[in-house]
Amino acid sequence: MSDTRYTKDHEYIRVEGDTGIVGITDYAQSQLGDVVYVELPAIGKAVEKGGEAAVVESVKAASEVYSPVSGEVVAVNSDLESAPGAINEDPAGAGWFLKVKITDASELDGLMTEEQYADYVKSIS
Amino acid sequence: MTETGETLLETPLHARHVSAGARMVPFAGYDMPVQYRDGVLAEHLWTRRSAGLFDVSHMGQAWIVGTDFETTARALETLVPADIVALKPGQQRYSQFLNDEGGILDDLMIVRPADPALEGRIFLIVNAGVKERDYAHLEAKLPGSVRLERDEDRALLALQGPQAVDILAALAPDVAQMTFMTGRFVEIAGAPVHVTRSGYTGEDGFEISIPADRAVAIWDALLADEAVRPIGLGARDSLRLEAGYCLYGHDIDEATSPVEAGLTWSIQKRRRAEGGFPGHARIARELEEGPARLRVGIRPEGRAPAREGAVIATPDGEEIGNVTSGGFGPTIEGPLAMGYVAKAHSAVGTPLHLVVRGKPLPARVVAMPFAPHRYKR
Repeated sequence: MSDTRYTKDHEYIRVEGDTGIVGITDYAQSQLGDVVYVELPAIGKAVEKGGEAAVVESVKAASEVYSPVSGEVVAVNSDLESAPGAINEDPAGAGWFLKVKITDASELDGLMTEEQYADYVKSIS
Repeated sequence: MTETGETLLETPLHARHVSAGARMVPFAGYDMPVQYRDGVLAEHLWTRRSAGLFDVSHMGQAWIVGTDFETTARALETLVPADIVALKPGQQRYSQFLNDEGGILDDLMIVRPADPALEGRIFLIVNAGVKERDYAHLEAKLPGSVRLERDEDRALLALQGPQAVDILAALAPDVAQMTFMTGRFVEIAGAPVHVTRSGYTGEDGFEISIPADRAVAIWDALLADEAVRPIGLGARDSLRLEAGYCLYGHDIDEATSPVEAGLTWSIQKRRRAEGGFPGHARIARELEEGPARLRVGIRPEGRAPAREGAVIATPDGEEIGNVTSGGFGPTIEGPLAMGYVAKAHSAVGTPLHLVVRGKPLPARVVAMPFAPHRYKR
């Protein structure tokens, strides 16, 4: 069973056992606009909660993608390098960025649930 | 309201943008549409394929007025390096207001009206962000015989793309006969509008100056054709970048000369020889000896865009300049940039590095425009 948590910076992490799939939310992709480039981390890279994990660029600007938790990058979605539009079309599915092995599962407790995130987006839009 | 609490100005089409689902952003003191629902990529490609309609009413529209054309033209020539006296009725020309050091205070469009009833008047279109400074400059520098007349109660639309001529000609048949960089008055939906065959996208198209109270009617009439979609400032920027055009305050400013900016083509022969404009000494020297630096087009070899401010270096790592505009070109399907480099590094094909997030990325000097211009000559 998977559980998805959200950050205030509009990343999601879909937790599957001791790993999590990280991407940006539908709200984030709609704010960014058309994604034309992504820069993904190397497999094996250590990431920190709130630290930069990837870069996403739209026609307009570059933005950082922060890791929702600390851990080690165990996979990246290299399909995005040739088809970054997947981030706009299917941010929660084919548009995932990276898979991280979670160091400390208690960090997830500080993140928002789907319902809390929906309320948060309502409060800022 | 902006974050500083300053009230943003609105164009006569503001409500139309909001109801069309535009994302509004502050730009040059105005609340402007950066994109509509289609998004920048689709809007850019639509303009190149069909026709895009832009609200550019934030730009400054003004007349300078003297007793006869030559008086007004000679007065303007003291401020810009273009040949204005040689303009034929209905002819339009691009130029720059220069400071005494030959730096660019603004770039602008200049039109001599075709209508003999407007003898002695010259129409100017200037950038939104510096229009107040431009007007103060004109008021301070024009001789007493020539006055500035701001035309603030007008909207300005741009209709750009290969379908633009057919769409506008359906409302005003005479525009089909116009050639690139000419202007004339026509009637659209009962309103007198001033049309020029020009633009900022590299496509064939028109800029249409309209009395403010008729702007909505004409906006709606143009959008009634399904070949036309509204286009925001985001795509306006990516289109002009692919066309190789300068954006004032970014690619050109008070420190850059028109020769450095690659705008030498806009300084006609008589003016190069005679001078009589601010900064002639520098410009004559740069024309003679070549400028120390030059604006060039750059294509990164990978897919990562290099944005404004990115360092331009030689492959050996020597820093030689900065990117002044950069991003992604939807038509060329890749990143593109422009910036200034020392003349020795300006030849087409020269290998460069662009430093993006601390990493040097291989790139090359390329000829501009990045996407071919498609004007009606």
